[in-house]
Amino acid sequence: MNVKILAALGAIALLSACSNEDQNAAATGAGGSGGLAGAGGSGMGSARPGSQEDLVANVGDRVLFDTDSSQVRADGRDVLQRQAAWLARYPQVTVYMEGHADERGTREYNLALGQRRANNARDLLVAGGVSGQRIQTVSYGKDRPAALGSDEASWAQNRRAVTTVR
Amino acid sequence: MMTTDRRGLILGGAALLTVPATVRAQGTTAGGQGAVIDITKARTDPIPIAVPALAGGGRGADIARVIQANLRNSGLFRPVDNAAFIQSAEAAAATPRFQDWRVIGANALVTGRVEDSGGRLRVEFRLWDVLPEQQIQGTAFTAPAAQWRRIAHLISDVIYERLLGEKGYFDTRIVYVAESGPRDRRTRRLAIMDQDGENNRFLTDGSFQVLSPRFHPNAQQIVFMSYFQNQPRVYLFDLNSGSSRVLGSFPGMTLSPRFSPDGRTVVLSYATGGDANIYAVDAGSGAQRQLTSGGGLDVSPCYSPDGSQIVFNSDRGGDQQIYVMSAGGGGARRISFGRGRYATPVWSPRGDLIAFTRISGGQFGIGVMRPDGSGERILSEGWGMEGPTFAPNGRVLAFYRESRASGARGEGYSARLAQIDIAGFNERQMVTPTDATDPSWSPLLA
Repeated sequence: MNVKILAALGAIALLSACSNEDQNAAATGAGGSGGLAGAGGSGMGSARPGSQEDLVANVGDRVLFDTDSSQVRADGRDVLQRQAAWLARYPQVTVYMEGHADERGTREYNLALGQRRANNARDLLVAGGVSGQRIQTVSYGKDRPAALGSDEASWAQNRRAVTTVR
Repeated sequence: MMTTDRRGLILGGAALLTVPATVRAQGTTAGGQGAVIDITKARTDPIPIAVPALAGGGRGADIARVIQANLRNSGLFRPVDNAAFIQSAEAAAATPRFQDWRVIGANALVTGRVEDSGGRLRVEFRLWDVLPEQQIQGTAFTAPAAQWRRIAHLISDVIYERLLGEKGYFDTRIVYVAESGPRDRRTRRLAIMDQDGENNRFLTDGSFQVLSPRFHPNAQQIVFMSYFQNQPRVYLFDLNSGSSRVLGSFPGMTLSPRFSPDGRTVVLSYATGGDANIYAVDAGSGAQRQLTSGGGLDVSPCYSPDGSQIVFNSDRGGDQQIYVMSAGGGGARRISFGRGRYATPVWSPRGDLIAFTRISGGQFGIGVMRPDGSGERILSEGWGMEGPTFAPNGRVLAFYRESRASGARGEGYSARLAQIDIAGFNERQMVTPTDATDPSWSPLLA
């Protein structure tokens, strides 16, 4: 008897989600990366001091990078110096340093590239006197763009490290 | 290709007797000697095959339709139009009148019968070589009626293997990332489907981002990257229980995981301090071993099918290129030397090729090269595509293809799964209910 019997296929029943713990958790931090570029943004004098809005309006929340580069540019160093001074004023604030890349690279490499950008920006905050304990780096690679066009102007906006208040 | 002999579809083998319909597929497989598809010929002569509805009513017509679609989608078969059939399906299932099938141009014929007894299907099928009027294969499958599609896929794999001399890939699944919403607030869910796009299911609810799912060699586990609690880390997901757990104990981001061929180890990249290095992590104990160090971003590792080597992507030399090292780390040598950047290497289950993404001149392409870097061929090129994954027989690649946004708000962007023969023909878009990225092809399920 050589009839081929399919094993108990019912065992492959798929649940619709991860563990309950996962399901009950809050959504992951969307961060502030979708906002408008902060550097040079028009004043929001009414923003609550020490808030993300305050950072965006009065300091600048992000630095931009050249293609395939993770070196913080001179203009970015200025932004990070101001961020360090701002963080010194609000010692209770902790932040994410988010690293991002443009869409013209592969996903996994861009995750690592975003991490390197975030790390370099973080190091400059630390050099400016901010405790490393207050900064958690996270990379989204090319998967959370700030500008949605497929053009050089958008890509330049997306090669960035963004400081977001936790 | 094994179909050049005018007398019939099978070359060289011992005479295939007409055997009872209960012979199992493996019992009569034709040798396998010289069973190598000539990829230069595959494009020109797909095998004409007739697959009438299986007799007995019920799912008989559905099963035949799924078999036809599988064979057609492979690009290596040409199912004869049902409207051309002369002999009825019922009569053919009893006794094929070969002249009726020969005259409509079929070289091979599939007949069969479906019996439904109390929710269980018993499906007999026979594969016939029309010209010499010989039975090539007779097999019966039984399964719960709800699993009729799997029976169709298993029959398709038997047909593929008997006529082409190598294993098929139809009784398989694809795990991928289902994407929806605007790109700056994208929802990304783990999803799984049959290789033909049927039985699509979502495995996570979208409350946290997921990337880079890859199958365990037993197809019952998936390793993937998740942003659960905003901490990008690699997780193991068990398909039977639906539970997941973090792999290893890394203080920072882990990414780009992939199982070893024996399933005991996951190789991944750990990004810290501005570098990213390759680690091997024991899937059971979580014990971790560092395989690369210093000075670059090393990502996207993948074992050779014998487990002795690892191919990976690194920018240690200045830009992204592909390197091969021993599975224990060490001895890394660059293998990509063409024009452009090279990424996402995956080793064919056959061991003979490495597939990759190339970025060159503003275009993305999917290609293959030998493990020593020679013989590079670009199979498909366009504005955006990446992430190739091999079907278990090493004959077909799935990947994802992106279309360029036409407007400043991302209008016109899409991401879809595609597949292509490694000879560079028969590229097809795969059907998914939403945008889709990061496909991973399972091994054969049976």
